[in-house]
Amino acid sequence: MAEEFIKFENVSFRYENAEDEPELPLALKNVNLTVNKGELVAVLGHNGSGKSTLAKLTNAILVPESGKVSVMGMDTSDENLKYDIRRKVGMVFQNPDNQIVATIVEDDVAFGPENLGVHPDEIRKRVDESLRAVEMYEMRLAEPHNLSGGQKQRVAIAGILAMQTDGIVFDEPTAMLDPRGRQAVMDTILKINKEQGKTVMFITHFMDEAVQADRVVVINNGEIMTDGTPKEVFSDVDKLRKVGLDVPQARELQCRLEQNGIKLNGNILFEDECIKAIKELF
Amino acid sequence: MIKDITIGQYYKSDSVLHRCDPRTKLVLTIAFIVVIFICKNFYAIGLMALLTIVSMLISSVPVKMFFKSMKPIFPLVLLTAILNVFYTTGGNVLVSFWKITITDKAVFTALFIALRIFCLIIISSLLTYTTTPTVLTDGIEKLLKPLDFILKPFNFRVHTLAMMMTLALRFIPTLIEEIDKIMNAQKARGADLESGGIMQRAKALIPIIIPLFVSSFRRAYELAFAMDCRCYTGGDGRTRMKKMKFSLSDLWVFLVFIIVCAGIIFLNIKFVAVI
Repeated sequence: MAEEFIKFENVSFRYENAEDEPELPLALKNVNLTVNKGELVAVLGHNGSGKSTLAKLTNAILVPESGKVSVMGMDTSDENLKYDIRRKVGMVFQNPDNQIVATIVEDDVAFGPENLGVHPDEIRKRVDESLRAVEMYEMRLAEPHNLSGGQKQRVAIAGILAMQTDGIVFDEPTAMLDPRGRQAVMDTILKINKEQGKTVMFITHFMDEAVQADRVVVINNGEIMTDGTPKEVFSDVDKLRKVGLDVPQARELQCRLEQNGIKLNGNILFEDECIKAIKELF
Repeated sequence: MIKDITIGQYYKSDSVLHRCDPRTKLVLTIAFIVVIFICKNFYAIGLMALLTIVSMLISSVPVKMFFKSMKPIFPLVLLTAILNVFYTTGGNVLVSFWKITITDKAVFTALFIALRIFCLIIISSLLTYTTTPTVLTDGIEKLLKPLDFILKPFNFRVHTLAMMMTLALRFIPTLIEEIDKIMNAQKARGADLESGGIMQRAKALIPIIIPLFVSSFRRAYELAFAMDCRCYTGGDGRTRMKKMKFSLSDLWVFLVFIIVCAGIIFLNIKFVAVI
C-alpha cells in the first residue's frame, strides 16, 4: 500500500471578496485527491479552473474553507504546523524572478536551509549537491539577472532541493519560459522524481508536459473531472476539448487520421509511439 | 545593454583589501573619517593623504575609477575652498583690495579642507570598490547586531533592515529591465517620451511609473509568498552559509592603521596647528 503524502478531503475554497462586492464563487468544490509518496502527478486545467488554488492549498499558503488538507497527516489549517508542513512540501512558482532572493546564485540556494537553521558546513554541501542536480553548478557565482528564464527557474528548484523536502509542488513552472528553457525545467522535474524519489505535483496547461507524468488530474470549474494515467485521460479526446483543453500533438494527429479513415493502433501520446504506429501501416 | 549594469561599483580583483572582512573595512572607514578631522597640521594630513594613496595603489583598482568618482564632487570642493579663502579671518594678510582681504591662514584652511574632502571620497569609494554589496550588507548586519537590544521593544531587528537592503539590491536590475519593457510598450502605443520641455517630459513619465508601481507591488506580494514557502521567519534561528572570518589581511590592515594613528597624534603635538 502506497504511503499517502498529500490528502484533500472534501475541500472547498473561496477567495475573499472585497467589502462592497458580492461573494465570489467557489474556486474549488468538494475536491478529493490523494497524492502518494514518490508519485509524479500533473494537474491540468484551463485558466481559472482552480488548478493554482489547488497548488497553494498543499502547503498552507491558502487554507480550505471547508474540508481538510493534510500533508503526511499534518492538517494545513493548524497554524502551528505551518512551517513543519513547508519543510515537507516545497513550492516553485511561475515567475522565476519573483522567487529569487539573493544577488548571487549560491546565496539564493542557501536561503532555504539558512532559514531552517542548518549548520553552515551542511548548507555548503547541500547547495553544491542541489546545484549539480539542476546542472547549474558552473553558474553558482553568477548574478540571477544575467541568467535566462529557464536557468533562473532551475536555481529556484535547487533552492527547494537544498531544503530537502519530501515533495515539491510546481505552480506552472514553465509558463513564462521559452521552449528550450521549458524542456530543461521539465527534464529537471522528471529527474528529481525518478532519481531522488521526491513526490512531485506540477500544475501545467501544456499537454506535452502532462503526458510525462505518472498520473494526470484534470480540473474544470473547481472540480476534479478526470484522474488517471495519461493513457486513460487522453483517450477521451472530446471530453477534454469540451472543457477547453487540447490533447498532445501525437494524439491529435491520431485523431485527425482516424477522422479520415486511417486507424493507428493503440493510444498514442508520444512522438516516437506515433512514428512507430505510422510505420506499421506500411 | 541595460542588462549589463553592475550593482554598486564593485571592482573584481584579489588584493589585500578585497580579502579583508567587510567589518574591518567598515570600521576602518569610519575611523579614517574621524581621524582625518583631528588632523591639525599639514604634516598630519600629509600622512593621511599618503595612507590614502597607498591604499588606493594596493587595492589594484584603476586610478581613473577614483577620478571618476571624484568628478561630481569637484565643483563642491572648489566652492568650499573659495568660500574659505574669502571668509577666514586671522593670520598674515597676503592680498587686500576693496573690502576683501586674503590671509595666509585662509589659503591654508581652503587647501586643508579640499585635501580632507578628497581623502574622504577616495577612502569611501575604496570601500565600495573592494566589497560587493551583498557582503557589505552582511557586514553592516553583523556590526549593528548589538542594536537589536534597543530595537527589540519596537519589534524591529537589524536583520530586517539588512534583508530589505539585500532585496532592494536584488531587484534593481529586474526593475530596470521592467522599465525598459514598459517604455517600449508605451512607445509602441504612441507615447512620446523624448520631446518637449522638462514639464512635458516629466508628465510623459507618469504612464511609465504607474505600471512600474503596480508590477512592483505584485512582485513584492509573490516574493513574500516565495520567502514564506522557504520557511523565512525573520532573523531568529537563522544560520548563514558563509561565515565571516578575520584573517591575516585584517590584522595587517588594522596594524597599519594603528601605526598611522599614532603618527597623526605625534605630528599633531610636534607641529603647530594651522586649523
